[in-house]
Amino acid sequence: MAEVTLTNVCKSFGDDVALDDVSMTVPDGSFVVLLGPTGAGKTTTLRMVSGLDTPDMGKITIGGRDMAGMTPAQRDVAMVFQQYSLYPHLTVRQNLEFPLKSPILRTPQPEIDRKVKEVAEVLQISHKLDNKSTALSGGEMQRVSIGRALVRQPSVYLMDEPLSSLDAKLRSDLRIELKGIQANSGATLLYVTHDQIEAMTMATHVGVLDNGKLVQFGSPRELYENPVSVYAASRLGQPRINMLPADIFGGAPAAATHIGLRPEQILQGNGEDSTVHRIEHLGDQTRLHLSFKSHDLITVTDAHTDLKVGDIVKIRPHEALYFGANGARVA
Amino acid sequence: MSFSATEPTRGTKWFAGIAVVLYAIITLIPLLWIVATGFKSPADSISYPPVVVFEPSLEGYVNLFTARTRATEDMLEAAGPAVTWYDKITRNRGTIISGPSRYGERFMNSIIIGFGSTLLCMILGTAAAYAFSRFKVPLKDDLLFFILSTRMMPPIAVAIPIFLMFRNLGLNDTHLGMILLYTAVNLSLSVWLLKGFIDEIPIEYEEAALIDGYTRFQAFYKVVLPQAATGIASTAIFCLIFAWNEYAFAVLLTSGTAQTAPPFIPTIIGTSGKDWPAVAAGATIFLVPVMVFTILLRKHLLRGITFGAVRK
Ligand SMILES: Nc1ncnc2c1ncn2[C@@H]1O[C@H](COP(=O)(O)OP(=O)(O)OP(=O)(O)O)[C@@H](O)[C@H]1O
Ligand SMILES: [Mg+2]
Repeated sequence: MAEVTLTNVCKSFGDDVALDDVSMTVPDGSFVVLLGPTGAGKTTTLRMVSGLDTPDMGKITIGGRDMAGMTPAQRDVAMVFQQYSLYPHLTVRQNLEFPLKSPILRTPQPEIDRKVKEVAEVLQISHKLDNKSTALSGGEMQRVSIGRALVRQPSVYLMDEPLSSLDAKLRSDLRIELKGIQANSGATLLYVTHDQIEAMTMATHVGVLDNGKLVQFGSPRELYENPVSVYAASRLGQPRINMLPADIFGGAPAAATHIGLRPEQILQGNGEDSTVHRIEHLGDQTRLHLSFKSHDLITVTDAHTDLKVGDIVKIRPHEALYFGANGARVA
Repeated sequence: MSFSATEPTRGTKWFAGIAVVLYAIITLIPLLWIVATGFKSPADSISYPPVVVFEPSLEGYVNLFTARTRATEDMLEAAGPAVTWYDKITRNRGTIISGPSRYGERFMNSIIIGFGSTLLCMILGTAAAYAFSRFKVPLKDDLLFFILSTRMMPPIAVAIPIFLMFRNLGLNDTHLGMILLYTAVNLSLSVWLLKGFIDEIPIEYEEAALIDGYTRFQAFYKVVLPQAATGIASTAIFCLIFAWNEYAFAVLLTSGTAQTAPPFIPTIIGTSGKDWPAVAAGATIFLVPVMVFTILLRKHLLRGITFGAVRK
């Protein structure tokens, strides 16, 4: 359990700038989620912290200690790889035991057995413990790979899209387990995901990466309600925030070129006319695709709505977000 | 009938089976002939037309392992009646055993030099291949090409410089000298083969081991080596076969202490007439170690252990 800081960290691969002057503090015991589209530098950030790669510039500390020149083993981090690399010559059990048997931990066998059993139960892989690790499904491999991190109690857990290939039920089970483990043990987690729900439900802090730059860092709520840019606003929210010309409803601030409307910022019932051109019933909610002054926008409505394609819905904005020409938030 | 893209059809299987069996018979006939000749009597071994069914005899093997002297009647009487079965065989030919032959020693030399150089070659080759595969080595491509280039001419082309060098270093006719020589010759092959195998092992496994608290060497030892076993086994077989069969350098550089079996076996012909059964017996025994080694490593050759645990 430790605080992690990155100060002015830069990393390039040839001409490819993977991280551009990233500074961030992962508080002790926090659950920090990194968001960003593919190639944004999320994996690179984790690799910097783990010590598998070293920054070209800048400083990384874990628990207040400078990590320059420290090997991954000395940093005491556990990592779940995006490529869940199980040791193919070992069984599932041996894979889970591997970190505990390291020369640094040298855990006694009874303790190893207890930990492995416990973690296998949490991850629902107890029945596969004696399988060869190559004889598993993708989702099972991914769980073993999470397990290999969870058997330890490192200063920081680094997880790179750990739940990406699990089914919806398992994913929500493990979301709760992971959050529980973090909350109970006070572990520090740096976690990469593309999944909205994971970010919103588990994170204490969210960092948004754009092309190697950290553009916003704050609580998920802050990020959702108070995004600094169009880019940050687009990271969270299902369906995505709607972007329309700023003056479409009138009353926009002078510098604004776009108005951003999340579904709950579109009030239905009065205002201006829009036409329903598509309806998606998702079970717990219904998505309305509306045509409004030749723009498309998506919002949500009752699960049991009577609306049909072609109906007219009156809409008006409520506490909308305004953005300037360069994408930055203006109001 | 079901159709699959990977399973060969029944016709193809039959054809392949017959082809393999025919090929095996053709390649095995000379081998069987040598083994059979080892158990023939000298007369049977040179009879024409050749005999296929014969009365087996161990005379070849006895002659291979013993030195014998032609004995007069008096000497035979003085030596008393034959006690052992091999004494009986030699007395029948009017000879008595004067001591062991040099075959045992030469065979042991082959074992020491063949396996010694193979082991050394595997250790050095794996280390070099790992470094070339994983680290930023300055001038990597040039170095690799240089290593390969040492095999572009037949090694025997540099026989004379090596002979002179060995003489000056006192390595002539020593086990160490031969081990170093065969290692040097085999190293280029083993570095290249092993680099190919290690390149195939995804680096993620080592990274995972580094994170799991192991040093790079431990990661190499615990994660890379087991997965490279297949490659190491097949490379080791190639190296052993070369060192085991090598003849030219062995003739040139060894004469006594470190002489290996290949230059020794032909000398059997000369010692007491054309003793083909003894030569065949020597060749038969000479074949065994490589065969056993290959069979022992076979399971590594067939085991594809590196597939499937990394999401691509
Ligand atoms: N080993 C490498 N060599 C060269 N370029 C690299 C290397 N690793 C990463 N990059 C580059 O750095 C940038 C950031 O990569 P990174 O893997 O951090 O992205 P990511 O945010 O994890 O993306 P994804 O969501 O697809 O996993 C990319 O442009 C990538 O091409
Ligand atoms: Mg990534």
